Formats: sequence, C-alpha cells, structure tokens
Amino acid sequence: MTATAERPASTIFQRPTSHTGVWSWITTVDHKRIGILYGYSAFIFMIIGGLEALLLRIHLASANSEFLSAGEYNAMFTMHGTTMVFLFVMPMSAAFFNYLLPLMIGARDVAFPRLNALSYWIFLFGGIFLYSSFLFGSGLPPLGTENVPGNLDAATSGGFLANSPDGGWFCYQPNCGPFYSPGTAMDYWALGVQILGLASLISAVNFIVTVFNMRAKGMRLLRMPVFVWMTLVVAFLLLFALPIIAIALFMVMFDRQFGTLFFAASQGGDPILWQHLFWLFGHPEVYVLILPAMGIVSEVLPVFSRKPLFGYAAVVFAGASIGFLGFGVWAHHMFSSGITPVAQAAFGISTMTIAIPTGIKIFNWVGTMWLGKIRLTTPMLFSIGFVALFVIGGLSGVTHAIVPSDWQQTDTYYIVAHFHYVLFGGSIFGLFSGVYYWFPKLTGRMLSERLGKLHFWLMFIGMNLTFGPMHWLGLQGMIRRTWKYAPETGLEPWNRAVSVGAFMIATSIAIFMYNWWTSKRRGQPAGLDPWDARTLEWSIPSPVPEYNFAKVPVVHSLDDFWHRKYDEDENGRAVRKPDADELIARLEHEGNNPSSPIHLPNPSYFPIIMASGIPTTFYGIIYHTTAWGKALIAVGAVVVLSALIGWGMEPLEEPHDAPHDTPHDTAAAH
Amino acid sequence: MTDLAHAPEHHDEHESTGIDNRKLGMWAFLGSEFLFFGALISNYLLYQGRKGFPGPYPADIYDIPFTSISSFVLLMSSLTMVLAHNAMSRHDRNGTKTWLLATAMLGSVFLGGQVFEFTEFITEHGMKTTTNPAASAFYVLTGFHGTHVAIGVIMLLSLWGIARRGSLSDRHGLNVELVGLYWHFVDIIWIVIFTVVYLIR
Repeated sequence: MTATAERPASTIFQRPTSHTGVWSWITTVDHKRIGILYGYSAFIFMIIGGLEALLLRIHLASANSEFLSAGEYNAMFTMHGTTMVFLFVMPMSAAFFNYLLPLMIGARDVAFPRLNALSYWIFLFGGIFLYSSFLFGSGLPPLGTENVPGNLDAATSGGFLANSPDGGWFCYQPNCGPFYSPGTAMDYWALGVQILGLASLISAVNFIVTVFNMRAKGMRLLRMPVFVWMTLVVAFLLLFALPIIAIALFMVMFDRQFGTLFFAASQGGDPILWQHLFWLFGHPEVYVLILPAMGIVSEVLPVFSRKPLFGYAAVVFAGASIGFLGFGVWAHHMFSSGITPVAQAAFGISTMTIAIPTGIKIFNWVGTMWLGKIRLTTPMLFSIGFVALFVIGGLSGVTHAIVPSDWQQTDTYYIVAHFHYVLFGGSIFGLFSGVYYWFPKLTGRMLSERLGKLHFWLMFIGMNLTFGPMHWLGLQGMIRRTWKYAPETGLEPWNRAVSVGAFMIATSIAIFMYNWWTSKRRGQPAGLDPWDARTLEWSIPSPVPEYNFAKVPVVHSLDDFWHRKYDEDENGRAVRKPDADELIARLEHEGNNPSSPIHLPNPSYFPIIMASGIPTTFYGIIYHTTAWGKALIAVGAVVVLSALIGWGMEPLEEPHDAPHDTPHDTAAAH
Repeated sequence: MTDLAHAPEHHDEHESTGIDNRKLGMWAFLGSEFLFFGALISNYLLYQGRKGFPGPYPADIYDIPFTSISSFVLLMSSLTMVLAHNAMSRHDRNGTKTWLLATAMLGSVFLGGQVFEFTEFITEHGMKTTTNPAASAFYVLTGFHGTHVAIGVIMLLSLWGIARRGSLSDRHGLNVELVGLYWHFVDIIWIVIFTVVYLIR
C-alpha cells in the first residue's frame, strides 16, 4: 500500500485496499500488524494452557483426588505442555521478532512480507487444528483392553476433556502408536505439530534473509542489537531442527495411518529412534524457547543500568555457541533409555559444556548492572527476575548432566521443577520484560508501573511457590505425570502449597490483563523515547508509523541512537548532548511527516487462503479411509495450488503514480 | 559490509549481502532440506541392518542396472538445467525453452522409472510399506525424494509454459536460477541415496 494514492490492479480478485477494520488485518502484510496478531493469539493460547495447568493443580492439591479422570488428566498435561511450547512461547517470541526485527535493523519490512503473513495464518490454523481435537478427536483405550481391570485409561476415559491428545508433549512411542492410542487424538497431535512446524520453518527462512539482507546502511553484523543476533540464532536452530521433527512426525503419521512399522517393536521397529529424533529436535527447541528471552534481557539491562552491555561480542558469541552446542546434547533426555555408557558419558560432558556460554552470559548481565545507575522499572525487575530464576534453573540443569544423579531424577517432579524454572522463570519473565519495555513503542502509552510492579512481585513469589517445592517433591519420589498419590506418602502439604502458588500466578496474569486493557486507552502518553534507550526502534515515533522510518537511517556504531544523544566526558561518564532534546523533537516531527510518499507492499488475500488449505488437507489425512476424507485432501490441495497461482500472478507492490525518487522497497519485493 | 558512502542517497534497493533475497531464501531452505533427507537416510541405514523379520528386504531385490540408468537420466537433467540457465543468461529464448523442457522430460523419465521400480517391488517381490521397517524406511525415503522431483518438474513446466507464451523476460532470469538451485539439490540428494542406499550394502 502506498501512503498516498492507491490504484489496485485487478488480478483474480480486486486487491484489498482497506487500512482499517477486520479485512485490513486479515489481508495485512505489515510486519508490525502480523507481530500484534502473533502476540494476541499466543496470549489467548497461554490463557488456555494456563487454565489446563490450573485444572491439574486443583486435581493434585489433594491426595487420591478424583477431580479429573485419569484420561482427562493425561489429556490436560499433554495439552498444557504442547500449548505452552508450540502455541505460546514460540509464537510469542515470533511476535517480538516480527514487530522488532525490521525496526532494530532499520528496515521497512521483512524480506518476504507475504510469506510472513502466511506463517502467521498457518500457525493460527495449526493451533485451531490441534485444539479441534476437543470437538472431533477420540482418545480410546488400547484395543482389547477395554475391560481389563486396573486399566486406568480404559476405566475412566470418555468425556469432553479426554478427547484431546493424551500421550504427553513428547509423544513417546509406542505409547502414542496405533496400538496403544487407537483413537484419532494423537493424529491431531502429530499433524497439528507438523502444521505448526511448517509455520516456524517459513518464518525462519524469512528472518534469516531479513537479518542478512535488509539491514540499513552501516548496520554491520557486529553493530546489530543482541536481540537481533538471538533472532538469527533461533532462526538457524529452527531451520535445522524442524526438518528432523518433521520426519519423525511423518513416521508417526505413516505408522498410524498407513501401517508402516517404524516404531512397532515386535516387528523390528525401533521406539528409541523416536526419542533420538524427537530430542535431536527437542533440545535445540529448548534454546529456541530461551534465546529470545535472553535477547530481550540483553536489551533491557543496559538501558536501565545506563551502561552499554558488558562484553557485547562475548554475549553474541555465547549465544551462537549455545546454538551450536544445542545440537550435541540431545541424549541427556534419554539417560534412562538404555543407551551405552560411552554415549552417556559423552552426552553428560557435552551437556556440562553448555553451562560455559550460559555462564558467560550471566556474568555479562551482572557486569552490565555492576556500578550502573539502576532504575528499578517493571521491565528491569522482570529482567533481574529472569537472571535470578534462570540461574536456579540452569544449576538444577547441570545436575542432570551427572548421569547417576539423572537416573534418580528422571521422570520425577525435580525435572518438572527444573524446566519450569528455565521456561517460566526464564522465557516467560524475559517475554514479560519485553512486553513492559516495548509496550510504549506499540501503543504510544505507558503501562502502569504500579500495577506492573504488583504483577511482577505476585508472579515472582507465586512462581517460586509453585515450582520451588517441586524440587523436593521430586527428590522425595513424586513421579512426574502421576494421576494420584496416596496420603501416606506425605506429599500432600507441599502439593497444596504448589497449587496455591499456581493461583497466585493466575492472579498476577489477571492484573497484567487489566493493566494492558486500561493503559492501552488511558495510559500516560509515552513519546518517542520514554526509557532513554539505545537502539534504533526508539528513534521513530510511538506508535510506529506504517512505513517505520520516514528516512532510512545510516548507522555509525553499536547503540547508534544512544551515541546521538550522549557524549563521554574525560572520566568515561555519559553526558547528555545539549541538543539531545532538540534531536528527539526533530525525530518525532520527521518520523510522522515523510518528505515524500513511501511505497509499501500491498495487502493480499492469498496468504490466508493458502494457509486455510493446509489444515483442510490434514483433516483429510486423519479420515483418509472415508470418502469425505479423500475429498478434503483434494479440496485442500486445490486451495493451496490456486492460492499459489494467484500469489505468483500478483505483484507484491502495485504500480505507483508517484514518481520514483523516493525510498522504495523493491528489495522486499517477491 | 562495504562502504556505502557513494551510494545514491535515495537508492535503498540494496541487499546488504549483495545476494538477492529470494536466492538467499532458497539457500536457507535447501540447508533445511539437507537435514530433512539426512534424517530419512539415517532412518533407512538404521533399519536395513535389523534382520530376522519377514522379508524381502529392499537390499535383496534392488535392480542395480535399472536404477543406474534412471540415476544417469537424472544426472543428465542437471546438465540440461545448466544449459537452460546458460541460455537464459545469453538471452537465448529458444534455447531456454528447449532446455527447460528437456530437463522436465528427463525428470519425468526418472519418476517413471521410480513408479516402475515400486510396482515391481510390490507386485513381483511382495515388498510393501508394511512388510518390515526397512521397507517402510525405503519407501518413505525414496517416496519423499520422488515427491521433490515431481515438484521440480511442475516448476520447470510452469517456467516452460511462461517461456512458450514469450513472457519469460530477463526479469525472470532469477526464477530459472532458483529452480536450477532446487533441481541440482534434488540431484545431489539422489547421488547420496543411490550410493548409500543402493550401492553400499
């Protein structure tokens, strides 16, 4: 779309032109709007995943509980894990990537704007596909065991909640194979995660090209903000990890749908291969979840310590080496699966090496704060919370690298405690830090600091109350995923405390939602640079205009915007330049009033149309033995192909009436 | 990055690396594809050694001379692809058209060979996807490769169709190059599959 005249050419459809309303969102190719869509969708999925966790905690608050049936309990922990990993933390990170990446490198959009929209719609439809199992799926007990006494699954399956996938978020074989999970529920899981992986793969390619190719003049690789670096590392992790899980999920699909024997142990299949493939994807995936938060924290800490990031290059290279090492540690998830002692020793050692780059990062963050002029704003509190909690989670992680110790901890609540400290205390605290930090850029208003701090403290205490006691519950022998525990075990008091903590977290989320809702309307106006920040996105107006940069910036150094505002005196202290306020006023004015019209990619119907064909085909695959299943496969394929042809015939940008002497993004074309 | 001081002020159609976005995207995608086939080939290598289950195993029934010929056909299609790209860069419209079609044809011959091979295996030797895990892995690996070849043939035929209408302008030169990259990748993967899966037993 152009900022001025509009002349849609007619291809198959009249090209969408609206700038407001529902259609403008459905057809948008603007990275900022796609980022917002990702953010809201991921947050809604977080609420759903959180409610599932609350059901689990209500159930586990008392010994011998019958609150959930065994089948429902299995379904709830499976969907809680799957949702939080694939439908909340990953897309929420994608929301940050989308919104911030082009702003931070001085670009007007990502390299492939329409592919970006395609990624979002595939993700959304994939999430809906996965959750539609609640309506259409069936979680049946293993064939022939319906009447076996003591089969909890069989005795208590049925009911709305039990229709969804129930094999755990890592879907171990052969439990999730055709024999032990004969209903369609696990098909929804395998194919749903496949769809979500496709969405992530497309964005990974898009972000890699964007980082390499769309940087403003002077934005060398080692002048990029750490967040951009972490985006790049995550994109590479996804690029190389997703094809592996894609193959593994295809194998599950073929086993379940077409009778192949990949994981059928009695006929030569190898269930352990699933574990290898899953964790060869799954461990890089762990870094996919944590590195974006590390990037956010690396942006927030320097701003609120009023110091440059300590050891910028070290943080960048530590992040990259975490990415490399992440591919060499997967079998530490499998120490109890019977792999050879040599493999156990090797993977134990490689796992310990991960602690080195992670430690480098921790020390650099602490070094950044050291002797800094610290402002304890809400984003800063969340970032400090991240560092503190991540250290705890990281240390308990190192204990898993010691193989004999890991044998004791495997499949106990100690593991649950560990990964919630890194994923809740780490990822989610990092993401909330980012939400509070960039909210002014998004809306032009500040979130309430008072409510924000209340949110932080309630969440911090609630989080520790929830996941702290799980350490000793696990060491006392409470088994992970146990549906029931006996009162004599003495596990009840701490389980009560854990459940209270879970509700504290839920309360803090409610406070956050109220804060968001009210601040978005009535929050204090933020201006262009409310935090006195360092990176490029703060040199443009808030909220960001559609074209991002009225004039594409030229970058001269790391933290370029800071150096435009500050000089150093002879003692190395930052001194605000006399004309800094003038600069900000000028940027505010120039940013909102481009000197000439700016051309941007036009909105398009084709991304959402193409994305809609994919779940259609996948529904067909689940029901491929029926005639209407085959019809669905065909319909989905036709939709994808027609959208592809329409996409190919439609230019990214319509021809313009305006003269071509303006900044012009044909680099983003195609 | 290079010194951009002399670049015209209003000209920001630059790519920081100097490589076209689509080309860089294709390279990234192919990087991912290597892992895709890497996983498939490893699966097969793992399962081919698991003996003692009902046969036949793929390695028992390979028709090496036949597959060698179809592999040769596929390799030759890489040559014609290079010729198509070369003709495109020399603005030789007719040459482009001819060599694109030739590449698509050679790809189709390879696919025909694969269909014949699968049919032989199933009807003559009774090796189905459900016979044993090695057979499952063989069909899924070669099937995914065949799907990639088929997608390549469709892309080549689309380019050929555009060229035949005379609208494959120089602006589309990159499309020929991108399809070429993809096509060579599919060929390279086949070289690995043919060597590792068929020849080394």
